[in-house]
Formats: sequence, structure tokens, C-alpha cells
Amino acid sequence: MEPLKTLADAYTRFSRDPLFKKELANWLEHYAGRPTPLYFAGRLTDDAQGAKIYLKREDLLHGGAHKINNTLGQALLAKKMGKRRIIAETGAGQHGVATAMACAALGLAAEIYMGSEDMERQRLNVYRMKMLGAKVHPVDSGSKTLKDAINEALRDWVTNVEDTYYLLGSVVGPHPYPTMVRDFQSVIGREARRQILKQEGMLPRSVIACVGGGSNSIGIFHGFLNDADVDLYGVEAGGHDMSPGKHAAPLVAGREGVLHGMMTYVLQNTEGQIETTESISAGLDYPAVGPEHSYLMSVGRTKYVTQTDSDALDAFKQLSQLEGIMPALEPAHAISYATKLAKTLEKEDSIIVNLSGRGDKDVDMIARHFPQ
Amino acid sequence: MGHDPDPKAFVANAKSLIEGGADILEVGIPFSDPVADGPVIQAAGTRALSTGATPRKIIDSIGELSSRFTTPIVILTYYNPILAMGTEQFMRNASDNGVKGIVVPDLPMEESDGFRDIALKHNIDSILLAAPNTSEERLVGIIEKSKGFVYLVSLYGVTGPRDTLSPQAMETVKKVKSLAKGVIPISAGFGVSQPEHVSSLLRAGADGAIVGSALVRTVAEHLDHPRDAPFYLKKTIAALKQASKRHGC
Repeated sequence: MEPLKTLADAYTRFSRDPLFKKELANWLEHYAGRPTPLYFAGRLTDDAQGAKIYLKREDLLHGGAHKINNTLGQALLAKKMGKRRIIAETGAGQHGVATAMACAALGLAAEIYMGSEDMERQRLNVYRMKMLGAKVHPVDSGSKTLKDAINEALRDWVTNVEDTYYLLGSVVGPHPYPTMVRDFQSVIGREARRQILKQEGMLPRSVIACVGGGSNSIGIFHGFLNDADVDLYGVEAGGHDMSPGKHAAPLVAGREGVLHGMMTYVLQNTEGQIETTESISAGLDYPAVGPEHSYLMSVGRTKYVTQTDSDALDAFKQLSQLEGIMPALEPAHAISYATKLAKTLEKEDSIIVNLSGRGDKDVDMIARHFPQ
Repeated sequence: MGHDPDPKAFVANAKSLIEGGADILEVGIPFSDPVADGPVIQAAGTRALSTGATPRKIIDSIGELSSRFTTPIVILTYYNPILAMGTEQFMRNASDNGVKGIVVPDLPMEESDGFRDIALKHNIDSILLAAPNTSEERLVGIIEKSKGFVYLVSLYGVTGPRDTLSPQAMETVKKVKSLAKGVIPISAGFGVSQPEHVSSLLRAGADGAIVGSALVRTVAEHLDHPRDAPFYLKKTIAALKQASKRHGC
């Protein structure tokens, strides 16, 4: 508890400090590449035959995903707190890469925990992390994916708490992480709202984002939370099918539980043991979800749906061929749902999809599914 | 660890520890994601779960032990298995089977009010944990709210046998002991495996020493011949007990 209190206090102090804010804004603009465009996907819209589909291009950020918004914020905070050693977990490897980049740029040492199964399916990102100077620790316990990487990072943190900063990559874990990561990611929603008002002259009908731990989705949702007419949809990984162990959709199919220091929706069996999960996208392969999503769902502000592995693969192909944009398999779930939702809306309506990352990391996996 | 490697061997092992001189027996109920535990206990939990261990079945085995022996038995588990059964039902079930206390490493003092009320109603001690970096302010709260004893984590890290006690161990024992003012006993665990660890901790003022992974490892070393494990467990616990006796415990 003590390190969490110290972290919460430090975060409260620096998040109100104009100098810290200015420094972070500077890094986001000149290093990460903000603001990112809001792109009208005309050919995808024509193909879906419905509402206009806009893409918030977080895939264009340095590193290729929204993760850098958070890692720059937390790495700066760690530096202000006088920590020299940074540890992080990673699923798809995007958070690991973004952590390695931020640490290299700020002169901090980075060590990344990654499930050995994820290392296998995201080999390119493992290599990128190493090139960026990070040490990668394979995690062989449990399901060898993101949840186990978090377990191992937590164990490291309690062991080396005095000199180590744990840079969590999503809106999960104990307080203050869900709040802090959400704040660092809500730049996505702030920009998107401003951009759609400029480009469309009105708010969108819906905002859609994929949900693993839930950081890119909470980031874009936050820009529209007070706009009651904007529907907010989170898309979870439907995996192979909805039988236990074959998907990663805690909000759709889980129940209340406690994991990694948070009370939230969790996939678990009747005895409270955490279920294994399955998804083609390592970044969504997690049995719990940020507690704020659970809250937003319980008060009816957000809705959650699932799309399967094969839906995501189809959407990957569709967006690549219609728009020349290869999405990561995670946001491909959101693209897939957007094209379906668009058909049910008016042509004057618009939808924003958070394109949270690019698909280069998934090319190996895609090649296996589409051999030609 | 409850039902490691199977229910029958577990009861035999537990019996040997009681007969070997354990003052309190701590039984683990496995959780799939034990973040406070090192590899030895993680592996034991995985073994138990793979043979179908559940909280209910382990509590039944505890009932079998508590009907035959007077040594107090406490449960160590994580919050989610308790929540899944329902805290009220979990405590009632535990109490009916003679459980005297419970330790939940992922339930901090600040979140434990409702939990402790239910435990109290069923005469089960909620044993709270304190660590080397716990502030004096929180220590005071933990000492006040913990029942039975305060579980002192003697190092920065997870469970698991270490060759030597951590540099923080003695200092932490002394600090917590002086704050406790004799109101509640202090028992130190995590990384405690040798008789000399036990005597050092008691010399520093601890009222008890908690040995977990070293015993679980003994079970793991005899998986091919589980019937041999009780002999070695009894020998180990007797040596640990012997070390404590020199300090009048």
C-alpha cells in the first residue's frame, strides 16, 4: 500500500503542476507526434453503406500505438520521483515498446515482463524492445500471457520497490493506476471531439473502441462522457467463441471479482479461479478490465459487445484494401463492429473509431491466416 | 498448501506438522494468480488446482484435522475465491470446520472493514499484514484492527525460502513490536526457512515465526513418493520448534 500512496501523492502533485503539464505536452507534440489526425474513411463508409466512419489515427503515433501517451506521462513522473529503474508488463508488446522508447528518450533503464506465448506471437515487438535497450523477461507461469506478465511485474515491484517504478500500461490495477492512465490517455478524446466538431460541425452519433484492459477506449470515451447523445461502444475480444476459455470478454461474459488490486468484471469459474482467455490479438487477451468500464457499464453510459477473431481478420483485410491502412488486430475488432453499426444508422450520422494501433506487428499472424 | 499434492497426502502432511510441534497450522487455499507468492507456492497451488482442489473441499479437510487436533488452523488465501463463495458463506463454512483465523494478502486494511465484521461474527480472526515499508500511521491501524496476531512480512518481496534473513527483518520486528506494546502478538514470515532464522526473529522480539515455502518445498521434493513427505516435514518442524524453545516460546 505504501508505494501506491507515494505514487498517488506524487501523481496528484505533478498532474496539477503547470511545468509538468507543459513538459508532457511538449514531448507529446514533438516526440510522439500529437495531435493525430481524424481521418474520414470514405471508401470504408461507401462499402459499409451507412453512417460516415471516421478514424482517430493513434496508429500514426511514434511506436505505432496510443501506448506512448501513457508511457511518456508515467516515465516523466518516475523521473520526477527520482526512480531510475522502470519495469512494465506487456501483452501485444506495444506497451513494452512504448515503455522502452520513453525510457530511452528520458535516460531510464527499462525491464519488460512478457508472457512467453505472447513473445512467440509478437516476435517483432520483442526484437524492437531489445533494440531500444530494454531487457525482456519471459514469463512462463499460468497462461503465459498478459495477466501473468502483470503478476510477475507486481512481484518484481514489491521486491525492488525502493528504486523501481512500475509503469502499468492500461487502466487496470490498484489505485492510482486506472485514474492516472486514463488521464494520460484522455488526450485522445479531447482531440477527437474538437476535430469532429471542426470537420462535421456536430458531434458523432457513436464512438467505438476496442477494450482489452481498456486504456484506448477510456481515453477516447472521456472526451464524450458528458455528451449524452453520443453512444459509446466498447468492443471486447470474442475470440473463437463465447464458451469459457475461448474468448476475452469480461464485461460481456464475466462477473464481479478482484484481480490485480481492483474490483471489476472478471472472467472466472464458480470457485473464483481466473479463467484462461483466448484471442487472436494479444493486446485484448486479458480476463479482467479497467474498473471504470465496469462502472460506466453499470450506470448505463457505455455498451459492450464482442467481435470474433475471424471478424477482426476480415476487418483487417477490409481496411487495408479499402483505405490503405493496416490496423492492429486489436482495433480491427472495433472497425469490424463499426461497419456493422454504420449500416443501422443514417447517412448523415458519423461514427468515430479509435484506430489505436497499426498492424505491422501482426503481419506474421495475418500471413498465417491469409496465406496468399 | 491445501490438497497439495492431493487431499489424502495433504491430511497426512498436515498431521505430521501438528505432531512435529507446529503451534499454529497455516493452510493455503490456492488461487490461480497468487501475486504475493514466489515460485514454490505458486507451483503448489497449480498442483492442487489441477487435481480439483476447491475452497469447500479444503475447508472440509481442515474440519477433519480440527476434529482430531487442538492446534489452531488458519487459512491463507486471496480475496477472489472468498468473494466468489460469498464472504458470509465462506466464514460460516470455515467456522463450522474449526478454522480460527484467516490471512488475505491482497485485501489491505483500508478495504477490510466489512470483511472483518463478518469474520468477527463467526469467531474467525482476521490477521492483517504489515511490511517493512508500512508507515507508522498504517502500522498503528493494523495493530488495532488485526486479530490473533499481526503477520509481519519480513522482507521486500514475495514468499519463498532465502538463505539468510533480509536486512530489514530485525529492524521491522523491533519497530512493530514496540508499537504493538504487547497488545497483539507479532509473527514474522516470508523468506523464513531455517532454525537460525527463527531464533534470530524471536531474539529481535517476534512472538512467532512463519515458515511456508520451506515446508511446501519438502512436499514438492517427495512427489514421486508422497508417503515419505511426513517424515521429513516432522523432522523439519521439530528443528524449527527446537530453535524457538530456546526463547521460551
